[in-house]
Amino acid sequence: MREDLARFPARRTVLIAMLTRRTFILAGVAGGAALAAAYWFRHEREAQPVTGALVPLARLDTGAPAIIGAIVPVLLAGALPVDPVSRPVAVNETIENVARAVSGLPPAAQRELGQLFALLDFAPARIALTGVTSTWSDASERDVAAFLDRWQASRLMLLRSAYDALHQLVFAAWYGNPRSWPAIGYGGPPALAA
Amino acid sequence: MTNAASSPVRDPWHAANARGWRVIDASLQDGDVDLETDVVIVGSGAGGGTAAEILTQAGLSVVLIEEGPLKTSTDFRMRESDAYPALYQESAARKTKDKAINIFQGRCVGGGTTVNWTSSFRTPEVTLAYWQRTFGLAGYSAAAMAPWFARMEARLAIAPWDVAPNANNETLARGAAGIGIPTAAIRRNVKGCWNLGYCGMGCPTNAKQSMLVTTIPGALDRGATLVTRARALEFVHQRERVTALRCAGMDSDGVYTTARRLTVRARAYIAAAGAIGTPALLLRSRVPDPHAVVGKRTFLHPTVVSAAAMPTLIAPYSGAPQTIYSDHYLDTLPFDGPIGYKLEAPPVHPILMAITLPSQGMDHARWMRELPRLHVEIALLRDGFHPDSPGGTVTIDNDGAPVLDYPLTPYVWDGVRRAFRTMAEIQFAAGATSVMPIHDKGAAYTRWADARAAIDGLELSPRVTPVMSAHVMGGCAFGPDPRRAAVDPQGRYHHLSNLYVLDGSLFPTSIGANPQLSIYALTARLADGIAGGLVPARPRTRD
Repeated sequence: MREDLARFPARRTVLIAMLTRRTFILAGVAGGAALAAAYWFRHEREAQPVTGALVPLARLDTGAPAIIGAIVPVLLAGALPVDPVSRPVAVNETIENVARAVSGLPPAAQRELGQLFALLDFAPARIALTGVTSTWSDASERDVAAFLDRWQASRLMLLRSAYDALHQLVFAAWYGNPRSWPAIGYGGPPALAA
Repeated sequence: MTNAASSPVRDPWHAANARGWRVIDASLQDGDVDLETDVVIVGSGAGGGTAAEILTQAGLSVVLIEEGPLKTSTDFRMRESDAYPALYQESAARKTKDKAINIFQGRCVGGGTTVNWTSSFRTPEVTLAYWQRTFGLAGYSAAAMAPWFARMEARLAIAPWDVAPNANNETLARGAAGIGIPTAAIRRNVKGCWNLGYCGMGCPTNAKQSMLVTTIPGALDRGATLVTRARALEFVHQRERVTALRCAGMDSDGVYTTARRLTVRARAYIAAAGAIGTPALLLRSRVPDPHAVVGKRTFLHPTVVSAAAMPTLIAPYSGAPQTIYSDHYLDTLPFDGPIGYKLEAPPVHPILMAITLPSQGMDHARWMRELPRLHVEIALLRDGFHPDSPGGTVTIDNDGAPVLDYPLTPYVWDGVRRAFRTMAEIQFAAGATSVMPIHDKGAAYTRWADARAAIDGLELSPRVTPVMSAHVMGGCAFGPDPRRAAVDPQGRYHHLSNLYVLDGSLFPTSIGANPQLSIYALTARLADGIAGGLVPARPRTRD
């Protein structure tokens, strides 16, 4: 990841800028100012909700479901059902469960995740940070897997923490769903009735 | 929807109205609420619940404030997807500032006691001796505490668990014996336990003697008022006295505060919001803190995990979750030397396992398919007894929300490496076919020699090695010296004459054991003293 950062200084700048909310102070560092500023002007309203206001996932970033939808089949490869009828249902339920989980997190965590999804929904930032050149709906599983691997192994705490957040959200969303249980041999909770 | 009438379990809260219990859900209030009482307690967990019963038994009026919801056995469906968002702080995803440690803390009526795994230990004598010697807590010998342990053990049915351990715990015992280290059985606070294994999602049978089914009903029977979904914003104080507690209603999801305000005026104010919540509340209140001790020295028992695939069915999700432990690596190390650790087994359910396992895709799925054959061990590190183990610091952010900064130091990582080694050795001795120290590398080993070599070279650093905690302690230490302690040995805040702290934040170090019984006994003793100081005064007299 270190060499990635050297090659694409904008990556570091944008992420630090967005995730710490000290946009303009840091935006000039390392030559990513234009990208950060472009991002800022586009997303300022959505990404900076008033403290304490209600910010459902859908309003934070309309691209979030597509982003999660691209990540789910990669993180859950080998876990999701493969037949063409059950698979899309499983993917959709996982996306919905992620959205529900985010809406139950404290405001600060929702803001951070909102910023992450907003950033990933902005094409120049997506390309710089993830190397995924197509839109999220068209992204190949190989490209998505490559960026997730890079983020997980990143020396940059912000990317690593973004990976951890996505990992936790997606795996909790799927393995909380009783549809996932037969494949792992879990019979579900016992019946209480006498 | 569970039909209460058809359930074989009696839910004491269904008789709440008949018993005349006063329960206010602050998320449903149309207007602001003002209450007056002898004592208001913030937090309904081990400390607040214990105090509420003892104070009402003394004839005092009590208001109990809880930020989380009232959920009872009828709601407890043994599903992680229900339980974590409803019953835990931050949906069980609470993290330290650098996100390196995941913290499991209850947020519901009964607090951590509603979701803990029932493990009950008296405060180890070595811990009490250290407090006496180092923090001037002369009155806190094991002998002086013994009657308070006995009283709470009787109240909460804490006793040896006579049922055979589940296979996950039995494997720990067998493996430890294989490498020649002793284990012992864990006492539990249960009555008529069904041995289901879902303690962490709220006991569906009311066997667990949590605050939810013991002291809180006891306090309500004696006229206490319970307010749920209310966040304590601040203690208002002037001239060295607290004059009011200001609270805000929470929305029904428990995420945002509403415009509803609730104000409680009392003769005495007790903070029992847990070792993150209590320091944060005091900091929001800008209490006088001349030596800047509030929120300092927060301890976690940092915990690491080792997973093992076994050749036989373990079903680690089934049966009483935590019944065997080993203190070998606490007892055989000097308590103020290299960090020691307690070995236990956790319950293993799909979400908890899935978010704990590193990696993704096929590798992750392969380990998940091992779930029925998984044996999992945890090592809980005893922090706070060494100069290199100063713990963490609680501060508040711009929203007033707590932030815990807990740097993981080389002193802690040294213990993590030894703990990984011990757990892998035990697991192989028990017959594991494959052992995975839980680490970002996600590598698993089929031979002890390979595992040992790999663990010796493992990169240990924040976020590369997942660390968790279910025991938050300290941050408002008690002791006679105001330069080192926030609270005096009687539980009174050093700088405000009618403010008390009664929860795990009192501990000047970690406990070195699962802390629930330590909190019960200590807060029972302190609450008894507080009651004695308040009862002689004429009830309801305002200063």
